Amino acid sequence: MDSDDEMSGLSSQDDFRGDLDSDGGSLGSAFDDEDEPDVGFSQDKEIVKHKKRSYEVEYSIYGPADIQAQQDKQVEEVSQILGQPVAASAILLRHLRWNKERLIESYMERQEAVLDIAGLGSGSVQSPRTHVMKNFTCTICYDDEPGTTTYALKCGHRYCVDCYRQYLATKIQDEGEAARIQCPTQDCHQVVDSKSMDLLVTAELKARYEILLTRTYVDDIEKLKWCPAPNCEYAVQCEIKPRELSRIVPTVECACHHRFCFGCTLQDHQPTPCMLVKKWLKKCEDDSETANWISANTKECPKCQSGIEKNGGCNHMTCRKCKHEFCWICMGLWSEHGQSWYNCNRFEEKSGVNGRDAQAKSRAALDRYLHYYNRYATHELSAKLDKDLYVKTERKMINLQAASGLSWIEVQFLDTASKALQQCRQSLKWTYAFAYYLKRNNMTEMFEDNQKDLQMAVEALSEMFEKPVTELKPLKVEILDKTAYCNKRREILLEDAADKLKKGEQLFREN
Amino acid sequence: MAAQKRSIKELTMLNNDPIDGVEIDHDDKDMLTWKITITGLEETPYEGGTFILHVTFPNDYPFKAPVLSFKTKIYHPNISNDDKGSMCLGLLRPDSWKPSTRMTTVLAFVKQILTTPEPDEAIEVNIAKEFKDNNKEFTKKAKEWTKKYAKR
Ligand SMILES: [Zn+2]
Ligand SMILES: [Zn+2]
Ligand SMILES: [Zn+2]
Ligand SMILES: [Zn+2]
Ligand SMILES: [Zn+2]
Ligand SMILES: [Zn+2]
Repeated sequence: MDSDDEMSGLSSQDDFRGDLDSDGGSLGSAFDDEDEPDVGFSQDKEIVKHKKRSYEVEYSIYGPADIQAQQDKQVEEVSQILGQPVAASAILLRHLRWNKERLIESYMERQEAVLDIAGLGSGSVQSPRTHVMKNFTCTICYDDEPGTTTYALKCGHRYCVDCYRQYLATKIQDEGEAARIQCPTQDCHQVVDSKSMDLLVTAELKARYEILLTRTYVDDIEKLKWCPAPNCEYAVQCEIKPRELSRIVPTVECACHHRFCFGCTLQDHQPTPCMLVKKWLKKCEDDSETANWISANTKECPKCQSGIEKNGGCNHMTCRKCKHEFCWICMGLWSEHGQSWYNCNRFEEKSGVNGRDAQAKSRAALDRYLHYYNRYATHELSAKLDKDLYVKTERKMINLQAASGLSWIEVQFLDTASKALQQCRQSLKWTYAFAYYLKRNNMTEMFEDNQKDLQMAVEALSEMFEKPVTELKPLKVEILDKTAYCNKRREILLEDAADKLKKGEQLFREN
Repeated sequence: MAAQKRSIKELTMLNNDPIDGVEIDHDDKDMLTWKITITGLEETPYEGGTFILHVTFPNDYPFKAPVLSFKTKIYHPNISNDDKGSMCLGLLRPDSWKPSTRMTTVLAFVKQILTTPEPDEAIEVNIAKEFKDNNKEFTKKAKEWTKKYAKR
């Protein structure tokens, strides 16, 4: 392999490649030959999402097997570099929260101290074994029968295996601990390694232990996060750092289709940055009493005062009694909502509020908050009602499939429309929390124009959902058009907001 | 069963080697509950007080920590100011508890916490804040409570 002939043969090939690649490229390939083929961190069977729009971030999704493989690979690497056994290397890595560089560096500087702090102690390495003792009193259970089977870690603190087993079972099962379980002796920090686990615990417990280890692995690594959806086993990897979160809202979509913010793991809250989301949710919680009436789903008709119940997501209401058409959000005339001068979304600050009148000031602040909260809460409620309605419709569609002459494939457009509606309402909801914190200026007016366009598009699509099932078939093309239009409006709004946030152009109010 | 055996063993050890200012009482029928009487240490706000403390050993003791509950009201950052009077810090915390830890160590630890509170591990945050920021006021109140609740 290293003979001159072969080398020259290779180098001519390299020269040829050198013409195509940069010098760095051929150097890199020469380097690769020495290493094992890299089945690296980012080249596992993951789904790579490529960056498309300014509000989208790059991320990868990993399944349980990928996460296990990542861990194993890093442990293997460190084990080779440090010349420590695999079990010990795993403990060292976990102790330093998987910071490989820091581990290697500090290990080279002060090996003894690092081993000691990680709970590995010093001394020779041997594979763990239990010992049968003639004269032994276990200081946990105080059994002293001759011929007791005992176990001790490298520290030499010996107990009967029954106690050891029960101790480990308590830690793993009841306390969910794995990576940092120590010797049962008070003040001894020796960590129980996975080889000892193999020897002492049942296969069932060992499986649980492995799951817990994987959990701490993901928890320990900043760029990895578990999908917060219940029972979801996937983790998402994203390079966005916490300090970037004031400029970027990193929404990711898991393989289970749950959309969440990588920054704070709450449900997708674009275009609002995480800190404002936190602030807003805190405010809503503090003021929940004042705002409670808003979430009610019955209101009075502004004309005849008869009670009206909201049973779909659409906010275009028609009174059953007097046929008056109005907007559920602002209670204003619906006919005016299409007019360019009509502002359902924008809060008009009342001029003439006396600056010295504290009461008037606080009243104005409350009005302002309620304006935004009302819209935020209404879109949240509407999204839920839209969904309920869709579920009902879907059920009816199945029943009516034969009668309506629609095939299963043909009713899929409703599913697509429903999903778009959910996503648009989710974004719309958060635009109101966002707008609450915005300073009044041209940028904000542009944002509110986009918000208004999206809202009108969403209400139009939502209205179609309330049509009787039998009327839906001829509306297919129109619904598909409206769906595409809604998605477009959402993209425009999010893109514009993300661009400005990234450049720091969007100004926020103090407090 | 195992909890009983260990508790009896612990009791024997404490009888042979008692701790100053700590008395242990128990009911022979129920070895899993100890009634402890602690005398307030000199030069602490608890001086002159007598504090009753119940120790309950859970069924999976010593794999789970004993449960400590002050029956005498006491003004202290690390003891809950409610009907439980619970104390759960340091080596008593579930994640720090080790099955080899002896009751001798536990009771010595309780004595030490009574002398030197740990405001950073407080269960009563307001008392801890006072202990740190206005120690004079803390000492005054703790003395008052000792007089009011812990005098025999
Ligand atoms: Zn034992
Ligand atoms: Zn040990
Ligand atoms: Zn998921
Ligand atoms: Zn977030
Ligand atoms: Zn009406
Ligand atoms: Zn309106």
